[in-house]
Amino acid sequence: MIAEAGLAALWLAAALSLLQLLLMAAELRGLVAAARMIRAVAVVQGVLALFAMAMLLLVFVRTDLSVALVAANSHAAKPFIYKLAGAWGNHEGSMLLWVTVLALSGALLALFSRALSERTLVAALGAQGALALGFYAFLLIASNPFARLDPAPAEGRGLNPLLQDPGLAFHPPTLYLGYVGLSVAFSLAVGALLTGDVGAALARAMRPWVLAAWIFLTLGITAGSYWAYYELGWGGWWFWDPVENASLMPWLAATALLHSVAVLAARGALRAWSMMLAVIAFSMSMVGTFLVRSGILTSVHSFAVDPSRGTFLLALLGLYVGAAFLLFALRTAALKEGPPFELVSRESGLVANNLLLSVILGVVFVGTLYPLFAEAATGEKLSVGAPYFNAVAGPLALLLAALVALGPLLSWRRERRPVPKRLAVPALIAASALAISFIAAPGIGILPRLGLVAAAWLAPASLLPLASRNPLRTPLATWGMVLAHFGIAVALTGMAADSAFTRETLAAARPGETLRAGPWLVELRGLSPAAGPNWTAVEAELRASRGDGVLVLKPQTRFFTAPPTETNEAAIETLWNGQLYAVLGKPDGTGRWQLRLWWKPFVTLIWFGGVLIALGGLLALFGRAWRSFRKRHFA
Amino acid sequence: MSLKPKHQRLALVAAAAVAVLAAVLLAMLGLKDRAAYFYTPADIAAGKAAEGKAMRLGGMVAAGSIRRAGDGVTIGFTVTDGGARTPVTYRGIVPDLFREGSGVIAEGRMQNGTFVADNILAKHDERYMPPQLGNQAAEHQAGKTLQR
Repeated sequence: MIAEAGLAALWLAAALSLLQLLLMAAELRGLVAAARMIRAVAVVQGVLALFAMAMLLLVFVRTDLSVALVAANSHAAKPFIYKLAGAWGNHEGSMLLWVTVLALSGALLALFSRALSERTLVAALGAQGALALGFYAFLLIASNPFARLDPAPAEGRGLNPLLQDPGLAFHPPTLYLGYVGLSVAFSLAVGALLTGDVGAALARAMRPWVLAAWIFLTLGITAGSYWAYYELGWGGWWFWDPVENASLMPWLAATALLHSVAVLAARGALRAWSMMLAVIAFSMSMVGTFLVRSGILTSVHSFAVDPSRGTFLLALLGLYVGAAFLLFALRTAALKEGPPFELVSRESGLVANNLLLSVILGVVFVGTLYPLFAEAATGEKLSVGAPYFNAVAGPLALLLAALVALGPLLSWRRERRPVPKRLAVPALIAASALAISFIAAPGIGILPRLGLVAAAWLAPASLLPLASRNPLRTPLATWGMVLAHFGIAVALTGMAADSAFTRETLAAARPGETLRAGPWLVELRGLSPAAGPNWTAVEAELRASRGDGVLVLKPQTRFFTAPPTETNEAAIETLWNGQLYAVLGKPDGTGRWQLRLWWKPFVTLIWFGGVLIALGGLLALFGRAWRSFRKRHFA
Repeated sequence: MSLKPKHQRLALVAAAAVAVLAAVLLAMLGLKDRAAYFYTPADIAAGKAAEGKAMRLGGMVAAGSIRRAGDGVTIGFTVTDGGARTPVTYRGIVPDLFREGSGVIAEGRMQNGTFVADNILAKHDERYMPPQLGNQAAEHQAGKTLQR
């Protein structure tokens, strides 16, 4: 009954999303004033989708094996948290989560948007309904999560052990909040293009959504990167895997949108430009969903390939993106031009930011999809990986990081002061970093060296907007911007240090033997069995020493029973100045065990920087919310 | 320098067009020699793969072909597509599902007739089959059925 209730809720919600679309059409034709009704419909639709998601969680928690999805992905002997996470660790469940977030975003938009004109709000909710309708259809026709299995099997097949990790429990939902949060920016842009109401008020309504989605994307990407780093046991933190790129592309677009919406909100400029970016940002989310869910590209994330689902998603993608671009083409000429600005101004700085981010986005997009086009055009199979992305996107990203130092120092409309004077200290620090890097580490690659220099330049420069200001009277949003920009410098330091200074050792060792990994001496003390709730393991005991301190690391090779799989459980020891990373391989048949050791100086700064960037976004979000709250209630 | 709003919009449109063009040009230049083509042992036997160029090799690990070197971390094996065979060496820890008779994709380059792999791609899931290999296995299966 639980599964049927969930399915019924999905059908109802689909009907309501259709109603939203119809109400929008009626409102735009001037037939009815639909604002009150469409708000109510959007809220109920959100509640129904949430109910369906709750029903799916319930059948997973109860391990109801008569539901096909549970039988294929769960197992009675699985820890509770992974039973929950198993609900979205598969195609159907993750699509339901996607739609649920989409519907809830619509409901929140209906409940909390105040600044918008009623017509624009109705149009935006109609657009949100249209988006939801397509994805409900996809669920109900091609990916029903509640399909029954008759007869029910005696036991489920279990969840992929790689996914049985606390990282998994929160990584996909976080990313989805980001992906789908951008749908509101898309709907608001479409709504505003329909009503012609593009201006500062729209930007102020759009900004919290973009900011929140961007925060979730930042956190999701950071967490996903760390998850891949410790779970895959490859010692890397970014693989330019198509699915990683699928999360990076919306992030790049959202970052650009965040900055252009700031211009629109503050100055009323960059109208058409911001609408375009809003459309592109959510389009990238849908492209990402298509890439991941169709399994069309070779990827560590690929699930079973199902061409009919891929075609369905591609048709939806084409429909929504095509319609939005058509609307943009038809309406953009009618938009009023924003107020002018000079070549040296905050606006121009933000345009430069947007252009560079767009070029990086284009480069990642082409590289990610090129294998598809090449195969379709010539039948040749190929893959595009790190050599391409690092060589092409790397220098652009460094240029952008260097320019981030300048933008916040410019004033709106027209900059009169000589800006370079204020950058003397950062320039001096960057020059010293360059000199020191040549003396201390002459052999490192050019990109890591430039990365270190760019970080040394950006870190002090990003703090300049706070100089000569009273810290207590500086708006929270400014603190947020400074923190996020400083976070870029921190993450950049980690990336450059990792690729410049990592030391790797790969060898087979007998118990009692000692290996060298960078500055560390690592002794293999012995091996012993270990066991967990649904796995057994071989565990190595390693003693790592460097002068004074001694660390003990215990990497494992785990054997899961359901489904039968082996995984490597890396042992990672975090110190203030880096991480020691150990992976236990296989026995070589002569009493030796393969060991792979890495010493990675300052690698943790990558994720620490990511968290700082997200935290900066959070400060800005709260700062703005508090300000508008205070204005409403105390002004 | 101050522009009229209309001219400013034109300038922005031009800038956007330049950005899009730049992105496509940069991408194409970068892809020219950095895309790794996917080859089967038959392609390599036909001389399609250039020495030293990054590429991917896909096929099945031939039965009885896995040999371990004295250092304990280097292995050699043969990849086959049913007909042609390519010798492969790899220094590293092989993924969990790497075994004789199973599908494999290796990243690396040809050196003196041997494929030197930097990376052996993991099959993370019982159900996971790289699409490229999926087709090939299906074709191989179909071929076998026809022969019977």
